[in-house]
Amino acid sequence: MSSRSRNLVVGGVAIAVLAAGLAATAAPARGDRVLRVCSDPNNLPFSNQRREGFENRIADLVARDLHEKVEYTWWAQRRGFVRNTLKSGTCDLIIGVPTGMGMVLRTAPYYRSTYVFVTRRDSPLDIRSFDDPVLKKVRIGVQLIGDDGTNTPPAHALSNRGIIQNVKGYTVYGDYATESPPSRIIDAVANREVDVAVAWGPMAGYWARRSPVPMKIVPVTPQIDLPFLPFVFDIAMGVRRGDTTFRASLDSVLVSRRPEIQHILDSYGIPQVSPAGVRHSS
Amino acid sequence: MRRSLAASVAALLLCPACSGKKPAPSAPPAKLVNLSAPAAGQGNIAIPNDEADDGQWTRPAKDYASTRYSKLDQINTGNAGNLRVAFTFSTGVNRGHEAAPLVVKNTMYIVTPYPNYLYALDLTKPGAPAKWTFKPTPKAASQGVACCDVVNRGAVYADGKIIFNTLDGETIAVDENTGKSVWRTQLANINLGESITMAPLVAKDKVFVGVSGSEFGIRGWLTALNLSDGKLAWRAYHTGPDKDVLIGPRFKPFYASEKGPDLGVKTWPGESWKIGGGGVWGWISFDPALNLIYYGTANPGPWNADERPGDNKWTAGIFARDADTGEAVWFVQTSPHDLFDYDSINELILLDLSIGGRTRKVLVRPERNGFMYVIDRQTGEVLSADEYGPVTSWTGFNLKAGRPIENTAKHPETGKVVRDICPAAPGMKDWQPSAFSPRTQLLYVPHQLLCEDAENVEANYIAGTPYVGVNVKMYAAPGGYRGEFLAWDIAKRKAAWAIKEDLPVYSGTLVTAGDVAFYGTMDGWFKAVDARTGKLLWQFKCGSGIIGQPTTYRGPDGKQYVSVLAGVGGWAGGIVAGGLDARDSSAALGMVNAMRDLPDKTTKGGMLYVFALP
Repeated sequence: MSSRSRNLVVGGVAIAVLAAGLAATAAPARGDRVLRVCSDPNNLPFSNQRREGFENRIADLVARDLHEKVEYTWWAQRRGFVRNTLKSGTCDLIIGVPTGMGMVLRTAPYYRSTYVFVTRRDSPLDIRSFDDPVLKKVRIGVQLIGDDGTNTPPAHALSNRGIIQNVKGYTVYGDYATESPPSRIIDAVANREVDVAVAWGPMAGYWARRSPVPMKIVPVTPQIDLPFLPFVFDIAMGVRRGDTTFRASLDSVLVSRRPEIQHILDSYGIPQVSPAGVRHSS
Repeated sequence: MRRSLAASVAALLLCPACSGKKPAPSAPPAKLVNLSAPAAGQGNIAIPNDEADDGQWTRPAKDYASTRYSKLDQINTGNAGNLRVAFTFSTGVNRGHEAAPLVVKNTMYIVTPYPNYLYALDLTKPGAPAKWTFKPTPKAASQGVACCDVVNRGAVYADGKIIFNTLDGETIAVDENTGKSVWRTQLANINLGESITMAPLVAKDKVFVGVSGSEFGIRGWLTALNLSDGKLAWRAYHTGPDKDVLIGPRFKPFYASEKGPDLGVKTWPGESWKIGGGGVWGWISFDPALNLIYYGTANPGPWNADERPGDNKWTAGIFARDADTGEAVWFVQTSPHDLFDYDSINELILLDLSIGGRTRKVLVRPERNGFMYVIDRQTGEVLSADEYGPVTSWTGFNLKAGRPIENTAKHPETGKVVRDICPAAPGMKDWQPSAFSPRTQLLYVPHQLLCEDAENVEANYIAGTPYVGVNVKMYAAPGGYRGEFLAWDIAKRKAAWAIKEDLPVYSGTLVTAGDVAFYGTMDGWFKAVDARTGKLLWQFKCGSGIIGQPTTYRGPDGKQYVSVLAGVGGWAGGIVAGGLDARDSSAALGMVNAMRDLPDKTTKGGMLYVFALP
């Protein structure tokens, strides 16, 4: 546990009252306590410095339940993000991490999304699978990471099928001086730079909804390309390893506030999939 | 560029943990191995354009040939054991210190990692107090946006100016007397993932600077600025059409695979060259007689290898260019279609070598890919390429084609575990530069001995985008030592002797006419060894691990001094973080294990140490 003193609400009012009592003596008064969130200042729909992202909204929800106010450590979510924020102790919570990410201690997942095919609604294309032969002919946009030769799952899925020459890469980093740089790939579909983009659902869903050109998003299949290339990821919250008490309180908030969180995700156009692979109703 | 430090560091942590073996209870002691008789001394190898030694150190590598050899001989094998600390200076910065202290007219200049302070120390006064400090105030965001590492490899002096680069991409010339900037030129854009970590080189009236960030979708370049005013003279890109690469009629590469129009486009699928990497973050050499500069380009990116079939010109190779116009004269690719992050950015030592009664103007490159190259620097012909450590990523070297032969069994594949890739991603040797002594005819090579396993396992998250990362586990190459200080006999094309070290040897190297070679270890020992035999003459434990470059100079009192920056930095931040970033939950326990003995080995903290005889 870091320097912050944390009086946690586990399951409701009783402990909150107890916490308030403690706060009266030792800790700062209730409401002065701070939920310190590590966040990217320029990456909608997730977060931005104006606190317009769905992760900002979820942070507010958590803070309300924990009787805390939100403070941010802003850091571009690149290599070194966890090291320079959560691990350095300047903040205590990352609102979104994939459940398989071992660098941090994860809560239970609170949503599951998928990579999606993004096309213009006026396009005749109806691509649902990486095995659709049309993918050998159309111009495809994918996002690139360049991390030790690893890239986004769609980039690998396409090259595994020999689909290379007609693929255009967009770095997830983009130009950080522009608004939410990963979203350039959605602009590229609207501008007809590419015929179809394969992108992570939350980003694609949000920006497709705001595009001046009507867009269509379709979850990719298969959900896992063999031998091990998943396109569907569970997203949880992340805290420092060892911060188990804090995690427990977050897990509790995630359960009790599930409907509100669902509402936030839906209002941002986040495509969700159920464990059975059926689209979540929204 | 990534990880000069971070990767080595991850390696340090992961080695014991990830190999599944328990860490050794105590580190193996350094061990001298004699491999062949020391060179005779009356050598056939000379330093071109050999200048008288003025006792200063004005360029990163001392001379244009990049020998890091000093003719000062007051400190010799007989008295080096008496070396004492003359003075120290704390830089106030806790990150990795990779720069070489420069000495010009009785003033020493040191550049720190981000925030890139430039200190001028007055060597005429007792204790060498600071004359002035120049603080460029680089953008704080450069730490997070630009890259993973905040190092700086130093400055260069010319025409009354100390010239250096900042992490956020400025080249700055500072007046040696006033400590004020003469000009500042913004070259790199951190918002596009560009940063600058290298030391510039000045040749004639130009300043040469390259860009870092090849993993981040940059398009690599080398730029020449006017020394007088900092204005851009030319820029050569390392991908794209010939006109952008400054390839024209003078371009005469030796090998067929480097010939043909617009290979910087045609050896990439689609438009992938536009974000294809090929930065420059290492060293530049200059041959005044041929009027050529020599330097290497970084790895291709951000595509993984399967997504960029082709040689991916002009990444991971060595360029010769006209020093005035930038026109390319030849190129040889050291890792065509790079699979392993073998940036070709290491130092290039220019030597005149007698082979079969004939003098060949060559350059020697201890290459990251595991081969010691000897290349004709007029034509780009590879005369020899010999393994200087354990290599499995290649099955050999095709001299006819001028390129190494791929070992397809080590080809990384999605979902497949590939074991025993040697050398590991930081290469057989990283940026840390070698030194050559014309007296011993030996090349002194500080390097690492690391192999790696690669498998795709753990989920990761970048800019809100989840993916499955490659879990790279690095460990000591066969033999159990992670580093080595190697004396390489260039004429015999084999090792003369080597000092095996527990940790990778990540410092630069200096060799002198006193036949003393200097290097440092990551746990903070600064060592002087007999340049002929490798025998340890003296060592001093610095306050932090050493990844800086030792230099030597004649002080105003006529004495010879040896200087080095200690400051492993990022050990707690970067090194530990390198481990945390290892994306392998199974490694985490091992990492905790490794962390337990880390504080015993070193702590962070930038400090200049200067030594002299009593």
